[in-house]
Amino acid sequence: MPDFDRLWDVLVVGGGNAALCAAIEARRAGASVLVAEHAPRPLRGGNSRHTRNLRALHPAPTEVQTESYLEEEYWDDLLKVTGGRTDEHLARTCIRASQHAPGFLRSCGVVFQPSLSGTLSLSRTNAFFLGGGKALVNALYRTAEALGIEILYDTEVQHIAVQEGFASEAVLSHHGFPQRVRFKAVVASAGGFQANRDWLREYWGEAADNFQIRGTPYAQGRILKDLLGQGVQQVGDPTQFHAVCNDARAPMEDGGLAMRLDCTPFAIVVNRNVERFYDEGEDTWPKRYAIWGRLIAKQPDQQAFAITDSKAERNYLPSVFPPARADSIPELAGMLGLDPAKLERVVDDYNAAVRPGTFRPQVLDDCRTEGLTPPKSHWARRIDTPPFIGHPMRPGITFTFLSVKVNDRARVMMADGRPSANIFASGEIMSGNILGQGYLAGFGMAIGTVFGRIAGEEAARLARN
Amino acid sequence: MHGTDTRGAMALPHPLDASDTVAEARRHMAVCNACRYCEGYCAVFPAMTLRREFSTGDLTHLANLCHNCKGCYHACQYAPPHAFGINLPQTFATLRQESYAEYAWPAGAGRLFARNGTILSLLTAALVALALVLTAAIQDPAVLWAPQTGPGAFYRIMPLWLLNGLAGSTFLFALLALTMGAIRYWRGTGRSGGAPLAGPAVLDATVDILALRNLGGGGHGCNDFDEGFSTARRWLHHAMFYGFLLCFAATTTGAIYHNLLGWISPHPFWSLPVQLGTWGGVLLCLGTAGLAWVKTVTDPAPVARQLMGGEYAILALLFLIGATGLLLLAVRHTGAMGLLLAIHLGLVLAFFLALPYSKMVHGLYRGLALLRNARERRAAGTA
Repeated sequence: MPDFDRLWDVLVVGGGNAALCAAIEARRAGASVLVAEHAPRPLRGGNSRHTRNLRALHPAPTEVQTESYLEEEYWDDLLKVTGGRTDEHLARTCIRASQHAPGFLRSCGVVFQPSLSGTLSLSRTNAFFLGGGKALVNALYRTAEALGIEILYDTEVQHIAVQEGFASEAVLSHHGFPQRVRFKAVVASAGGFQANRDWLREYWGEAADNFQIRGTPYAQGRILKDLLGQGVQQVGDPTQFHAVCNDARAPMEDGGLAMRLDCTPFAIVVNRNVERFYDEGEDTWPKRYAIWGRLIAKQPDQQAFAITDSKAERNYLPSVFPPARADSIPELAGMLGLDPAKLERVVDDYNAAVRPGTFRPQVLDDCRTEGLTPPKSHWARRIDTPPFIGHPMRPGITFTFLSVKVNDRARVMMADGRPSANIFASGEIMSGNILGQGYLAGFGMAIGTVFGRIAGEEAARLARN
Repeated sequence: MHGTDTRGAMALPHPLDASDTVAEARRHMAVCNACRYCEGYCAVFPAMTLRREFSTGDLTHLANLCHNCKGCYHACQYAPPHAFGINLPQTFATLRQESYAEYAWPAGAGRLFARNGTILSLLTAALVALALVLTAAIQDPAVLWAPQTGPGAFYRIMPLWLLNGLAGSTFLFALLALTMGAIRYWRGTGRSGGAPLAGPAVLDATVDILALRNLGGGGHGCNDFDEGFSTARRWLHHAMFYGFLLCFAATTTGAIYHNLLGWISPHPFWSLPVQLGTWGGVLLCLGTAGLAWVKTVTDPAPVARQLMGGEYAILALLFLIGATGLLLLAVRHTGAMGLLLAIHLGLVLAFFLALPYSKMVHGLYRGLALLRNARERRAAGTA
């Protein structure tokens, strides 16, 4: 039974990468640290369990990253995906410090490897974790245990009592029993609210019932809501989330990365009414990866179907659930529950609009349609070689953008513009400061590591004084 | 874009097609091939990405390529209690066992892999008893406790003709059974494609085997005990493997001394056969005892429990062979030598007889899987 009577230097709320980086940094600075992880041990680590890499600045090639990736290019990439919805000072703080993130994680036992097959586009910008995010999470927990950090699993922090910007104690549920914890400083690293369907329903209505939650079911946003309700300043659009197109048969929660379908550029995509609704060949990964989830979320019943044929099948990664296969388009439509005559017409119209070109799957090629609305601007080839293939799709939500406002020392900002006395935040709960929309692969882990370390360092300093 | 076409392989019927384990392994591969986080761990994952469909032969090949390092289990975001329940080390270990049984020769002998621990133990006990009885029956029972010294001391316990006859026939039988198994395995897991069976691929596979390159890949280690990394199993396996080879070399050198040079055992302590045997025995005992210890303390979740009996039994048998060999050296000038020699020889005979129907066959099929893998990598240009 952990000591609930003592006054802890630092309480860390959450158990993912951002939480553990904060805990380890604070402990290395000499603080006593208590980590409260909502999940049981086998499911610990929040969304970090499903990650696989970290975007890191580097001036020269490293063991696992090629060439170089410098601040200006990193910043430009971020500016592109966010459309300017970012805080330049915080973003640049994160980008600069990301250079030291792999080294820090290595010091915690994390092993890196060059990029995986099928992700060659990231070999320069991103460092991959050997074995993926769960291996990273395992290494961080082992380091934390070795340092003498107290870790509580199956322990949800339900409330942090805040008065005039000062947090005095936390109310938590430890294996279902109510407890109170006193501390000198608290780091909130409890993630977003994407797994809280009631909350999503406030903005999306019944459609929220059809959203698949890609990551941890423990991202309930309880501490996010708790802090925002006690005078902490809000940042980020509460209605928005990052989503990808997932296999429609994926579990409603915790399906992880393997559920994503990356076939859209090599297919045409129709909704339940057998209508195309967006240019499937608009852009390469990662842009298309980041927008299709939201596009599908806006379709009737939040459903879509990628239709392609056997010659495209090897251009994309295999799916866990086998696609529908048929020798004719009407037969395929029947298997997918679509109107056969209508699908045949849509495919015929599309085939008729395809212009000849040279198919090059890795670049924006000249295979496009003419006179079709919406067009398919690249990788447009006739769908004419049986067996025809159909993948049913649904939106899979990665994370929400709503966040608590922080300053560059990871200190939570109050609504009146003053920093909190002793509340810090790191990870998805504050990523909306920097990432107001869109996503850059591996940037969430960069934010989590960088701001986790800052939060831990600052919380320990505060506790010491 | 994603490598070799494997569709042709699906058409061939395979004896394990109806196995539940094969179906489970296929389900695992569908998840793993869409995830691919484990690519850096071992040869299984790059080999997997060369495929889209997984024939029973492919799955058998991948299962035998797996070195059971458990890295993929502890890193798996889909491991139990996740709904997908991905547990590749356990699934592949079970499939490996089914393939040992399937390819065992002669037909029907595969049944010996069920309750393998019990069978191995009974066989060992029976052969030790047989050796004692034979010694007592053919020679004077007194040799079992009377001290024997000077050249030919060992043959006064068990005559050379009997020794050669028993050792030779069991060894040749093991060799025959293993060869037949190898041929059946190679055909059963075969598919078109791959570079020709040429020097470079053979060299790759040889290095893979001798260095255990797939146990702990880049030096970070395997998950021998839990989610932390360790190289214990790799070093213990090296000790066992090279210890075994040294013992084998000792026997071979002894045979050369006897038959070509006319030097009759027992040889002095500093002679080559005794030195090889001594160090081999020490390594063999350390390796087998260490591996058994790892098995008892490791996280049981990714372990195929039903195979543990056979694995403990073969480790124990190897340990006993090493230990009795060393003891024999220590007491060879005393009255305990006779008894110990009979026991030692009984154990060795049991080992050779059991060889094709024990965990030992993993070495053969793993070697062939590494060879097939080396060919594929050469052909794909990723070696």
